[in-house]
Amino acid sequence: MISFSTWDILRNLLFSLPWTLALSVIAFIGGGVVALLLLMLRLARRNLFERPVAAYVQLFQGTPLLMQLFLVYFGLALAGFETSPMTAAALCFTLYASAYLTETWRGCVEAIPKGQWEASACLALTFGQQLRHVILPQALRLSVPPTVGLVVQIIKNTSLATVVGFVELTRTGQMIANATFQPFTVYGLVALFYFALCFPCSMLGSWLEKRTRIQH
Amino acid sequence: MLDFSSVLAAWPIFLEGLAVTVVLTVVTCTLGTLLGTACAWCRVHGPRAARVIVACYVEFFRNTPFIVQIFFIYFGLPAIGLRFASFPAAIVALTINLGAYACEIIRAGIESTPRGQLEAAQCLGLGRWHTFARVVLPPALSRVWPGLTSQLIIIMLATAVCSLISTAELSYVTNRIAAQTFRQFESYIIVTLLYLALSIGFRRLLQWLGPRFFFGCAPAGAGR
Amino acid sequence: MHPSEKSVPLVDIRGIHKRFGHNEVLKGVDLQVNRSEVISIIGKSGSGKSTLLRCINGLEAFDKGQIVVGGQPVQVADPTALRMLRQKVGMIFQQFNLFPSMTAGENIMLAPRLVHHRARKECEELARRLLTRVGLDGKFDAAPHELSGGQQQRVAIARALAMEPEVLLCDEMTSALDPELVGEVLQVIEQLARDGATLLIVTHEMAFARKVSDRVIFMHHGRVHEIGSAQEIFENPRTPELRSFLSFPARPADGEM
Repeated sequence: MISFSTWDILRNLLFSLPWTLALSVIAFIGGGVVALLLLMLRLARRNLFERPVAAYVQLFQGTPLLMQLFLVYFGLALAGFETSPMTAAALCFTLYASAYLTETWRGCVEAIPKGQWEASACLALTFGQQLRHVILPQALRLSVPPTVGLVVQIIKNTSLATVVGFVELTRTGQMIANATFQPFTVYGLVALFYFALCFPCSMLGSWLEKRTRIQH
Repeated sequence: MLDFSSVLAAWPIFLEGLAVTVVLTVVTCTLGTLLGTACAWCRVHGPRAARVIVACYVEFFRNTPFIVQIFFIYFGLPAIGLRFASFPAAIVALTINLGAYACEIIRAGIESTPRGQLEAAQCLGLGRWHTFARVVLPPALSRVWPGLTSQLIIIMLATAVCSLISTAELSYVTNRIAAQTFRQFESYIIVTLLYLALSIGFRRLLQWLGPRFFFGCAPAGAGR
Repeated sequence: MHPSEKSVPLVDIRGIHKRFGHNEVLKGVDLQVNRSEVISIIGKSGSGKSTLLRCINGLEAFDKGQIVVGGQPVQVADPTALRMLRQKVGMIFQQFNLFPSMTAGENIMLAPRLVHHRARKECEELARRLLTRVGLDGKFDAAPHELSGGQQQRVAIARALAMEPEVLLCDEMTSALDPELVGEVLQVIEQLARDGATLLIVTHEMAFARKVSDRVIFMHHGRVHEIGSAQEIFENPRTPELRSFLSFPARPADGEM
């Protein structure tokens, strides 16, 4: 048995960090685009899109991410697509993030007093103009703290991508733990890596939230 | 072609897994909420040393993934002599995880208690414990109930991750069924629908439970 | 409503000073309250009226001076002493501060049960009696958010009375009420005064203060500026500040510096 030093372990974990970050970024950007689209649909044609989008959100918020990953992975295979772990994970996390982001952003838009809509409508602005000049700027400010919280959630949840074989931080940790028979050290270090990624973001989110509250 | 027959035939096994999931959820949600309440009290009223320890606990478990936490508890702790079977390990991991989130949620409720309430309780001569348990906590719970409910549902869904340490809950038995019937996609569709039903039902149950047992007569959500 | 002839005052306030940061809110207040006396405290906002009241039951700590209630000095640093004090001194708040998770009856029963350790049945009967006394017969099971402001304040009065305090402090108890609800609360306080309670009332309701008080105190810039019987204060205010406060025309002598 080859003996691994702590430095070896650290080095290998460090190499897998970019994959965790890459998946998180893809999920956030892809999910953000889809979330915005769903939000616009929901706001523009409320009667038509309210139910389907709500169902979409409920599906992703009411089922385990583990199952979503399996469904996407095996579903893609069944549909004839060539599934690499990366594809499956990227697609699943994009959809997962989009559900949470659209729900959060919808909450921010609804937090804006009705008077803003009424005043801008009385000035004969179109719906698009209302959104662009009156509603979205205010919603954006409100949305920053909870969005930062969701970013932290996404980073943590990329750890589940290991079940479809995607090699990110947690999967690497699993492999190293099995090779070195040092699960205590390895998983401890993995936890510390995630903490180092997430804690600053959480602190940023809290600070932003306090600032937003003070301004109101 | 999708074929559900062999999967649906295995419904007794699904039921077994479901039972384990339900037990895990109920036990963990109860213990975790109690732990969270105790920690929240500690963060607001406790001595400085305790406040620091609780803060470290909360920040650590809220900023690391659950899968890593449970792997550490199940695979890592035996190295220092703490050996858990998979079901107890799942309970411990879920409870500690929920405790950290519940602490923050309930603490927000406690800290939003209007000062007048505390003054009124003081002026009636109520001691610290009675003030906390009767005057502060029930309205605090009613204010944060939606957030707490969401967190409890997240924990219920997190029980699926426990399948990775061989806890025989719903996801674990589904993996077995999928392997035996070679109908992975169908198996996972069925179980996803089961989880969906569980989460909707659980939310309804909690929305009924809160006002009935925990809030006194304070209205749920934004009560003063 | 005759001043009692007891020689030892029930509440003895001497030389109270209190500052918030750089702002000195109480600049040396002296006041003696006898048993069964009703005293109203009037004055502009910021004159220190509520602060004085809150010093009496320890909600605010004073910097200099002494307050003695029923023979016991007020010691803000000692929690046990404070709890003993608060069993003798009740308080009615401007914002009522009813406990939202308890019904009206439960609000009233809470302290007698937990602090005086009285039996549940006894407390329930007490609560029902008090609710009738404040005119809220049949509201035992009502939740606070189902009651109007005036009703909530009356429940708050009943809650304070359940502890059988020797002194009742009323801190602008009608200021948060819609005008049409003020009367029902004042009626309850009037009846308490007739029954011989010792009351210290901070209020803006001048007609009420005049009707119900034995003595009235006008506070100005943190001091007792003028003190006298209700009739003296409201019919014959002496100092220019009080005259201005009560919208009396200025006397020729006041106009000269």
